[in-house]
Amino acid sequence: MTDTALAAPSRGLNPFAGLMAGTAGPVTVVVLAIFAIWYVAAVALNTPFQMDMYERGDQTDVPFTQLVSDTLAQERPVLPAPHQVAVEIWNTTVEKKITSKRSLIYHSGITLSSTLLGFLIGTGLGILLAIGIVHSRVLDKSLMPWVISSQTIPILAIAPMIIVVLNAIGISGLLPKAMISTYLSFFPVTVGMVKGLRSPEIMHMDLMHTYSATRVQAFWKLRLPYAVPYLFTSMKIGMAASLVGAIVGELPTGAVAGLGARLLAGSYYGQTVQIWSALLMAAFLAGTLVALIGLVERLTLKRMGMAR
Amino acid sequence: MLTASEIEDGLEDAMRKPDPVIDIDNLSLTFETNDGPVHALSDIDLKIEEGDFVSFIGPSGCGKTTLLRVIADLEQPTAGSITVNGVSPEAARLARAYGYVFQAAALYPWRTIAKNVALPLEIMGLSRDEQNRRIARNMELVNLSGFEKKFPWQLSGGMQQRASIARALAVEPDLLLMDEPFGALDEIVRDHLNEQLLQLWAKTNKTVVFVTHSIPEAVFLSSKIVVLCPRPGRIYDVIESDLPRERTLDIRETPQFLKIAHRVREGLKAGHSYED
Repeated sequence: MTDTALAAPSRGLNPFAGLMAGTAGPVTVVVLAIFAIWYVAAVALNTPFQMDMYERGDQTDVPFTQLVSDTLAQERPVLPAPHQVAVEIWNTTVEKKITSKRSLIYHSGITLSSTLLGFLIGTGLGILLAIGIVHSRVLDKSLMPWVISSQTIPILAIAPMIIVVLNAIGISGLLPKAMISTYLSFFPVTVGMVKGLRSPEIMHMDLMHTYSATRVQAFWKLRLPYAVPYLFTSMKIGMAASLVGAIVGELPTGAVAGLGARLLAGSYYGQTVQIWSALLMAAFLAGTLVALIGLVERLTLKRMGMAR
Repeated sequence: MLTASEIEDGLEDAMRKPDPVIDIDNLSLTFETNDGPVHALSDIDLKIEEGDFVSFIGPSGCGKTTLLRVIADLEQPTAGSITVNGVSPEAARLARAYGYVFQAAALYPWRTIAKNVALPLEIMGLSRDEQNRRIARNMELVNLSGFEKKFPWQLSGGMQQRASIARALAVEPDLLLMDEPFGALDEIVRDHLNEQLLQLWAKTNKTVVFVTHSIPEAVFLSSKIVVLCPRPGRIYDVIESDLPRERTLDIRETPQFLKIAHRVREGLKAGHSYED
């Protein structure tokens, strides 16, 4: 019996089989579910305040449909509805000039620049640390515990310290924020690269030994190519961590620009719609950056002949 | 340190005939494990002459691969002495005196076949022209011309192993060390590669040391068969084959061939290789 003959009856029995076959179907279902839950939660969470408003305005017997539409149109809701956030994002991106202080693109750009700078430094630092750790037993024993314990310190606590210290020695602006991104992003790269550089099979290492290859040659010709897939995986984690670092770096320092500053300003003035639009923008940014790394990964592995 | 009598022995040997390519004298190797010492090799004495095709045959755990790895300086003996080309295995390795073929092809997946063959040449620092010359010649020698641009996963197992042989030959060593190179291949491919290997040996006149656990393979290929036995790993029998150097697969039906195969089997039996 062939596969098609087996599959045909089940398709006839289940009307959703065709819909759920690709990736578009399941993704759409999940997105719709998120929106549904979001709207229900928005109505439920915003109802108490709306009831207060009705009481103060001596409004009684408000119909349920009126209540629902009112809860979804508050100016400072506990939980803004998706369309409110969408409108806010539209107004602050497409409708505003990029140079405007109220443009979300402008703020994203600020955060993005320190994210990328921190990510580059972090990735470089992570790779260098991994090379040292893999090639030296002493560095392995002495550095690895510090690398791990560095990540147990709450970043929110150490971020202001880093910025204060760097300011004291005359470094301000982009670099202090980037340092916090570096602090978060070097770790996954170090761990991933150590694993990757150690992953060549014993037979491949023996082969290098029979050629009397130097450690440098073994590194460039064997260890590094072997570690490339590991590097990309850890770079994806590092990039997301880097963005978190940049936003956290903007929070405690009274930064005037950046997504972190938007979040902070939003929470000062109870502008929940602004907070949520900044949050979504950050998520979108992270998704795009990670997808970009994924793209570079696919192209690189294809060039290396490692993608099947 | 060499004692005076050892030096005298050495001088006598040198006067009698050309030095053997590999000279193993009273060699032992003991692995220290948590369950006590494991005697992988015990009192090995063996001379391998230039142009020999020597097979190590024995069951798993008899130390045949370990012995090959000692020759290649991938393991260190704990007692006795060994010379390769008249010098220590380490010096021979540093002089790139041998090519080594592993059980698996061990090709680097991100390199094309030609680039894989080029790998040792890049490490040796040869010129681009010399590299290309050697790639072309050795790819042809193993009948892989035309597959230069393919990646390893695009080739069958037999072709991958041939590529790894080309890679070992590209070093242009006089000594070829092969560790069960065809063990993972099916019998039809293995027969074919055995014939090709013999032709290669006839063409290049290299010294080959070949590890196998197949009796027909060992008898078909070798000019000398070393039967090893386990616990402790030791040499039980050394059989000089009187088969002609030029052989085809048909030779496996001849009485001479069967006689040698029988002696190998008897050796394995007497060495308790078939127990447990």
